[in-house]
Amino acid sequence: MATPTLEKAEATSTASPYITATFRIRRFNPEVGEHAVWEDFKVEIDPKERVLDALHKIKWDQDGSLTFRRSCAHGICGSDAMRINGKNRLACKTLIKDINPEKPITVEPIKGLTVLKDLVVDMEPFFQAYRDVMPFLVTSGNEPTRERLQSAEDRERFDDTTKCILCAACTSSCPVFWNDGQYFGPAAIVNAHRFIFDSRDEAGEQRLEILNDKDGVWRCRTTFNCTDACPRGIEVTKAIQEVKRALITRRY
Amino acid sequence: MKIHKYDTVIVGAGGAGMRAAIESTKRSRTAVLTKLYPTRSHTGAAQGGMAAALANVEEDNWEWHTFDTVKGGDYLVDQDAAEILAKEAIDAVLDLEKMGLPFNRTPNGTIDQRRFGGHSRNHGEAPVRRSCYAADRTGHMILQTLYQNCVKEGVEFFNEFYVLDQLITEVDGVRKSAGVVAYELATGELHIFQAKAVVYASGGTGKFFKVTSNAHTLTGDGQAACYRRGLPLEDMEFFQFHPTGIWRMGILLTEGARGEGGILRNKDGERFMEKYAPVMKDLASRDVVSRSIYTEIREGRGCGPEGDHVFLDLTHLPPEQLDAKLPDITEFARTYLGIEPYTDPIPIQPTAHYAMGGIPTNVEGEVLADNTTVVPGLYAAGEVACVSVHGANRLGTNSLLDINVFGRRAGIAAAEYAAKSDYVELPEDPEALVAEQVERLRTSTGNERVADIRRELQETMDANVMVFRTEQTIKTAVEKIGELRARYKNVGIQDKGKRFNTDLLEAVELGNLLDLAEVMAVSALARKESRGGHYREDYPNRDDVNFMRHTMAYREVGDDGAETVRLDYKPVVQTRYQPMERKY
Repeated sequence: MATPTLEKAEATSTASPYITATFRIRRFNPEVGEHAVWEDFKVEIDPKERVLDALHKIKWDQDGSLTFRRSCAHGICGSDAMRINGKNRLACKTLIKDINPEKPITVEPIKGLTVLKDLVVDMEPFFQAYRDVMPFLVTSGNEPTRERLQSAEDRERFDDTTKCILCAACTSSCPVFWNDGQYFGPAAIVNAHRFIFDSRDEAGEQRLEILNDKDGVWRCRTTFNCTDACPRGIEVTKAIQEVKRALITRRY
Repeated sequence: MKIHKYDTVIVGAGGAGMRAAIESTKRSRTAVLTKLYPTRSHTGAAQGGMAAALANVEEDNWEWHTFDTVKGGDYLVDQDAAEILAKEAIDAVLDLEKMGLPFNRTPNGTIDQRRFGGHSRNHGEAPVRRSCYAADRTGHMILQTLYQNCVKEGVEFFNEFYVLDQLITEVDGVRKSAGVVAYELATGELHIFQAKAVVYASGGTGKFFKVTSNAHTLTGDGQAACYRRGLPLEDMEFFQFHPTGIWRMGILLTEGARGEGGILRNKDGERFMEKYAPVMKDLASRDVVSRSIYTEIREGRGCGPEGDHVFLDLTHLPPEQLDAKLPDITEFARTYLGIEPYTDPIPIQPTAHYAMGGIPTNVEGEVLADNTTVVPGLYAAGEVACVSVHGANRLGTNSLLDINVFGRRAGIAAAEYAAKSDYVELPEDPEALVAEQVERLRTSTGNERVADIRRELQETMDANVMVFRTEQTIKTAVEKIGELRARYKNVGIQDKGKRFNTDLLEAVELGNLLDLAEVMAVSALARKESRGGHYREDYPNRDDVNFMRHTMAYREVGDDGAETVRLDYKPVVQTRYQPMERKY
């Protein structure tokens, strides 16, 4: 007897869970045309499936040229941030049933970064802002033979910002970033926060100076779009406020 | 076509690749070629922890860890390699902490540790707390920390560059690595990277299964590139099925959930692991737990209307403990199943998780051309490689360890080799094979679809070479794979463009999966015994007389162009542990 598989379950289940949903996708391919256009696809899908599953069904069964990034498919790798029904989300963490499949579901690339093809954007400016905040532990003196000690409370202090997967959902939801690509953006500040508030780190002052720049934290207008967009549930706006406060008080 | 010259080229930017890059960048001019942005790599999906006998919370030592690794691998582990793994584990964890990794802490500020499957005190007496962890996102933290340190060291990345071929040149009768051919996703251009040393760290091959914890991108590209150039693949029949994947989806729920006290239950609410592993219970090794789950299901004690899964019960654990130690997996249950783990058990089933086999290497990470000869200038580390520290079944937390220990070793060895070596001349028309492959796929008018062939491959692999195998099921798989390989020759794609052509790359990846699935099935057919992750119902016992040896699979091309898999065998390195019956 072979290993039990899913076939049996599928064959015996009764009422079909499938619905027909329309996906209205923003297409752009400079090899084909100068302008982006909307294209509708109808997909038979179980509403408990993910938007990513729908995109795969379209790519695999209808139009192989539909282009998007994805990898892990469960919200860890950060590849598939996109604008779904006007809101930044990960396609692999958004279930169809949660976004009203009665009406066409719109899918667009995230905003503020150059679109290269369909849902694929140029991530380079985003990663450059990240690299610019010195996103690594800086220490001085001799290395201890064993681990550096850190209390559970000190570890907890920056726990929230360690969750970041660099998907750019926050940065590309920020109206300040849309209007000024020079702004560091929420993700870079979150990753600076992760080190500024790490008791082991010694470069907090340098990072604060970097973010004291005209394109730094002071550009934040506290619209909370970033916090709403974060698929990891990071309190992004709060982290930015903590960095602002640290700049004023020089205590962190 | 562009030609680049580097001392060292690393293929892949997950844990092993970036750990190697941190070392090799300090010592040689290094390029990292990666099909994904580095932080997208699947190391980030690892959850539970990284084993090291730090003895921070209870007595432990690396010798016990070595024994557990050897026993966990059902004695197919090369024991010299396992000793290195366990011994260097301690520094590997401390190095990561010094690089900034935010481990969970004990009340006195040291790195906290928890229990994990198969890790025991004093050779199997009782579970031991050996896994160093950061909540249930240890892999995420390792990936981020390594990327942060790559930024710090100024590592040079070529993002979204797919390596499609390994270049080998024969010099005075010795086959040496000359470099690699890569396809640039953004432009469709081919690039030759001539390099003194090449390190493969391109990950696993789990996408030939349907229910899998693996990312869509884990398609065995490195294994396939080497195999097609005549290099062997070792122990490919050994694949790990992780006991707790989300039912039907395969998304991983860490073994750390059981390390924290979670219990597996059948439809009667019975804690069935007590029957199968009286000492370690739910924390027996993964192969044992996965077989036990399917035994429950097959004997009619599965849960749900179809009786096709069991439950992972966390409801007796305090919500604060779940929030602090298992925040991500409890969120997965809420997001994907609509289940609240505080109050309801989570439906799970085994999920294809990890390739124990891969490109054979020695303990320095040097790739082997046969049982003993190294390929000068060629290295591999991590899941793509087979050292072999995992033998027939990997212990949980030993893979995050493997990528750090052997990623570091391979990075150092490759850079040191590059420092004392000259470039090997490129073969004539180095891009020919890839150019032909890409052009054929792009212009094909064939009517076979990638998605159909892949779906059928995944279905046959799930049905026939998963947790339970027999001669008949494996033969069914071999036949089906042969048929699919024939159909693949007639595959067509719709995207004919050059720019970000992921349609084309999915077709290339499918070709890799088909090659590797065949190697796996043929290797499994020949191994007429049960050992670790390879369980043959027609040969239910381990057979040390005939099969205490590694499988070495080679691609053979006949005069008529027909491809076959030729099998050979390699002895297992045994140092201090004699094979014993394996009980948990």
